[in-house]
Amino acid sequence: MDVLSGLMHGFAVALQPANLLWCFVGVVLGTVVGVMPGLGPPATIAMLLPLTFLMNPAGAMIMLAGIYYGAKYGGSTTSILLNVPGESASVVTCLDGYAMARKGRAGAALGIAAIASFVAGTVGVVGLMLVAPPLAKVALAFSAPEYFSLMALGLAMVVLLAGRSMLKALLAMLVGLWIAGIGTDPFSTTSRFTFGRLELLSGIDFVVVAIGVFALGEVLACMESRAEGHALPVPKGLRNLLPTLQDLKDCRFAFVQGSVLGFLIGVLPGAGSTIASFISYGVEKAASRRPEEFGKGAVEGVAAPEGANNSETGGALVPLLTLGIPGSGTTAVLLAALVLWGFKPGPLFISENPNLFWGLVASMYIGNVMLLVLNLPLVPLFAQVLRTPGYVLYPVIIGISIVGVYSVSGSLFDVSLVVAFGVLGYLMRKLDYPAAPLILGLVLGGGMERALRQSLMMSQGDLAILATRPISAAMLGLAALILLVPLFNKLNAWRLQALE
Amino acid sequence: MKARNADLWSGLALAFLAACIIVQASRWDYAGPDGPGAGFFPLWYGIAMLVLSAVLVASSLLRAQPEAVDWRGAGRAAAISAALAVAVVLFKLAGFAIGFAALAFFIVWAMYRRPWPLAAAVAVGLAGGFYVLFPLLLGVNLP
Repeated sequence: MDVLSGLMHGFAVALQPANLLWCFVGVVLGTVVGVMPGLGPPATIAMLLPLTFLMNPAGAMIMLAGIYYGAKYGGSTTSILLNVPGESASVVTCLDGYAMARKGRAGAALGIAAIASFVAGTVGVVGLMLVAPPLAKVALAFSAPEYFSLMALGLAMVVLLAGRSMLKALLAMLVGLWIAGIGTDPFSTTSRFTFGRLELLSGIDFVVVAIGVFALGEVLACMESRAEGHALPVPKGLRNLLPTLQDLKDCRFAFVQGSVLGFLIGVLPGAGSTIASFISYGVEKAASRRPEEFGKGAVEGVAAPEGANNSETGGALVPLLTLGIPGSGTTAVLLAALVLWGFKPGPLFISENPNLFWGLVASMYIGNVMLLVLNLPLVPLFAQVLRTPGYVLYPVIIGISIVGVYSVSGSLFDVSLVVAFGVLGYLMRKLDYPAAPLILGLVLGGGMERALRQSLMMSQGDLAILATRPISAAMLGLAALILLVPLFNKLNAWRLQALE
Repeated sequence: MKARNADLWSGLALAFLAACIIVQASRWDYAGPDGPGAGFFPLWYGIAMLVLSAVLVASSLLRAQPEAVDWRGAGRAAAISAALAVAVVLFKLAGFAIGFAALAFFIVWAMYRRPWPLAAAVAVGLAGGFYVLFPLLLGVNLP
């Protein structure tokens, strides 16, 4: 199926009334989640994942993806009005967005953020549509050694950019591999790390860990304090939310570079939208004729990072759907969703599931239009979400987490596990251990072990098979180089700068 | 707590976990007739975890000026975690509605210091809302 006919087919799927409804629900939920500081897209998708089992997979995927990119739109609202980023990708938007709001230009900042998000979100989908099918064809040549090396490379990238300490990121990833190994060995039926508990024979469900670490961990961190923020007022009336022609003219380069850079960074596993937004902001400032205005309310300082973090979404779906390799916590949860629904993301995913892939692509075009239409006039309404008191919001999140976990397994043992993983997630935050490597280690652990053992079976136990096949050797070599970055001061300084 | 201590203790905890993984993995087949056994992969990530946690412990001891970890508010998080654990027991003994209402009441009244009538109203409202939304409207079972 070529791109054009695939897209037409996708629109036929996405425009079905039920799928349109799920797309709408997803983008609205995503915007609300983006607005709320503390609750991010991975936590929300993980919480809602069990409830999607009753849905048609295409509708469910459209809704979950809507939450993912919708949150990017919503994230800017709190950055601009409250100086508190709704999610980490919106941190940099605070710099100029809040400064604009304090100068009485909150409306223009919100408007530019929405327009940049729309332009970049659309560019991201075009990129996904054009890059994913050919990449899937290349990946068809991969065998077990290449898959092992690809997963090792993906994990190395995540470790490189997940947090300040690569050592802690590596340890978190290894804990993820260990959790993935709990249960029955698929090759020999030996039970591993089950501590004599029958409930652990089938392993620990990904949903339990994801909800615990992301949702409950975040809730515990947010509930450390009773204090609640105070938002600046949102200008009333659509006219006050529209940027001026001069604003749009000033942002034309920011729209383009944010979109392209965001997509390219999104394709790299591990980089994520936070890195994309910071790099895009840096590029915009470096290229600007008036860099001294950045941080004091430059409109391009809002457009570039907001564009990059939206375009990254399309890029991040490329390795997820074509190689089965997620690059971040959110895409790891989406991968788990696909696997739970019985799909196998990888080179054959697009050809075997054209409805799902092209339906998703088309729904993202529609979702971006919905977000633009919704966000401009409804910003004051979304800002009301910020007024929900924490003592109501957090019990609701805890309740949804518990019901979500129980609905998957019907087991109170899993509910107690989710509490334990919530405490683990909280401690990881306090001790500066990044959560993304743990989740990716968990998601990729089973596949990585399988690919390694299959490779060694192919070679009668000779590990050299990983180094003698060119693609595998290149990816393993790259992974090794990435892990050696801390040894090179200049490269490590660049890495830390990108993270900070 | 200084980060040195935090890294030291987390490093030691991870080293203990790694040692357990290695001991367990060494009891399983490292290699079988068809290739690597059940112990092959865990043994190697266990060894990697042990080495890296040793590096973390050593680097925390050698660091000159550790950053402080902000533990303010950790008591609140611990209290909520304990309340969650009690709520799970209550789910088993008295059902979701009562366990969740008790948890919500505790959060509003004890953690957020709101008056008890408001706490009771939020607790009953949320428990009732969950019951209406999940079992009645969505057909999803509650614990």
